[in-house]
Amino acid sequence: MNKFIDNRKARLERYKNIRGKNNNVAKVSIPDGIFVKCEKCGEPIYHDDLLANDYVCQKCNYHFRLSARQRIAFISDENTFVELFENLQTLNPLDFPDYKEKIDKYQETQEEFDAFICGRCSINSFEVALGVLDSFFMMGSMGSVVGEKITRLIEYSIANRLTLIIFAASGGARMQEGIYSLMQMAKTAAALKYHDLEGLLYISVMTHPTTGGVNASFASLGDINIAESDALIGFAGKRVIEQTIKEKLPEEFQSADFQKEKGFVDMVVNRKDLKNVISTILSIHKGK
Amino acid sequence: MSSLEKINIVWNKVQLARNAKRPTAKVLIKYLINSFVELHGDRLYRDDVSVIGGIGFLGNMPITVIAQEKGDSTNDKIEKNFGMLHPEGYRKALRLMKQAEKFNRPVLSIIDTPGAYPGIGAEERGQGSAIAINLKEMIGLKVPFISVVLGEGGSGGALGIGVSDEIWMFENAIYSILSPEGFASILYKDASLAKEAAAIMKITANDLKEFGIIERIIPEVDGGLHLNNEYSFSILKEELTKKYIELKNLNIELLLKNRFNKFREVGLYEENR
Repeated sequence: MNKFIDNRKARLERYKNIRGKNNNVAKVSIPDGIFVKCEKCGEPIYHDDLLANDYVCQKCNYHFRLSARQRIAFISDENTFVELFENLQTLNPLDFPDYKEKIDKYQETQEEFDAFICGRCSINSFEVALGVLDSFFMMGSMGSVVGEKITRLIEYSIANRLTLIIFAASGGARMQEGIYSLMQMAKTAAALKYHDLEGLLYISVMTHPTTGGVNASFASLGDINIAESDALIGFAGKRVIEQTIKEKLPEEFQSADFQKEKGFVDMVVNRKDLKNVISTILSIHKGK
Repeated sequence: MSSLEKINIVWNKVQLARNAKRPTAKVLIKYLINSFVELHGDRLYRDDVSVIGGIGFLGNMPITVIAQEKGDSTNDKIEKNFGMLHPEGYRKALRLMKQAEKFNRPVLSIIDTPGAYPGIGAEERGQGSAIAINLKEMIGLKVPFISVVLGEGGSGGALGIGVSDEIWMFENAIYSILSPEGFASILYKDASLAKEAAAIMKITANDLKEFGIIERIIPEVDGGLHLNNEYSFSILKEELTKKYIELKNLNIELLLKNRFNKFREVGLYEENR
């Protein structure tokens, strides 16, 4: 058992070193090549141009997915992010076959322990508690670690009287943790109830994708819900619905604009405007 | 126990939980509740008949009941949408919970659903939002609240009426993140491996009791609830009556604190410093 913990510690050190070097640099979403192809319009884009444009295609405005670290770098003021609760790792509650190996693999390639990164930072000088799901880590799925970290972040923002901002990017609950994952929906929503009772502001930003158990818990519960352009947002998967109703669904179904039209998000915002929109909202709630 | 044996035991429970003859919520309500008055509608869109709501007496205690109803005959099943709620079903449930709170009436929810309905209208009307709001509001509901899983506890669709002080399950009921079929099709890309999936998903009442996620198991006779529901229902009625008295004696702050802690503590992780 000690050896096991030692191994984990050694690995943590290694990740920390890597992280220190790379903190604000794009890591995962784009292969190392000089040119990348837009996932929507197919246009070849020079990688540095894409980076300079916040990972948005200049031709068709397609929003590429961001890793949690990239998101934090884009949204927070430089060098203000202080990470919290960074050492949590799952213990495979169901003893699920191959799950540990899968986690190990993601930890190696993504250089993160799990799919949610959180901390404290400033956004245009406003202090906030910030949490970001990482869709590159097991589809941003919520298991024990993600649920616990979100809950701790909510509690941290209550204790420090901070606005809470969570960027969702998740396919939903983590299947390999079964009922434990399901209960994280209740746990995060419960913590938000008490955040609410404290009169504190919670901004939920739904990015691509925000579906399943994440859509049906904390992500839908913002005082203000923002959808980022190009986000798929919904409860049931499109394929499941198509199988149920035996019809093909239209392209715009469950799009960010669809959710605005139906009344479930306050606004749809382009990535380049996101920081300013959020800081305007923060300024209106100043002192909260 | 060999793994094949285990697979068969779990699959037998899945089949009992879904057995066409297994009594549905309306049968249980009829047994438990006197002078039941059914109440309809979410006051926003329509009445979702996949969920039965109403008021009545458990013994001599007024109570609000919210129950997912799968239907019995083929026509009834279709009308009840096989117990799969639309958003308005969750909003109806919440309306009746708030009403119960106003009149200081304890709440009983009966869970029996394959899951929340995956359809166009359900998405257009905010299935995710409706469930999320219920989760948040149930944690603060200022009356004693018990949930009982009668047959299938399907994912967020079940949890959407089940954030309560205690969760009980019938012996052959199941409670899972996803149906074994859905699970198999995601993980093995083959829905026909549902039987194997069910065995590793840990979805039986015994599993959940062991995890500390549920508090009590209501026994069934050999062969399942449909062979003798009186046996199980009478135990449930007696136990519920006792438990509500116990919960009503707690001061409300403590009741809510306990309820919050129950969900707050779910999770298995390590933290190396």
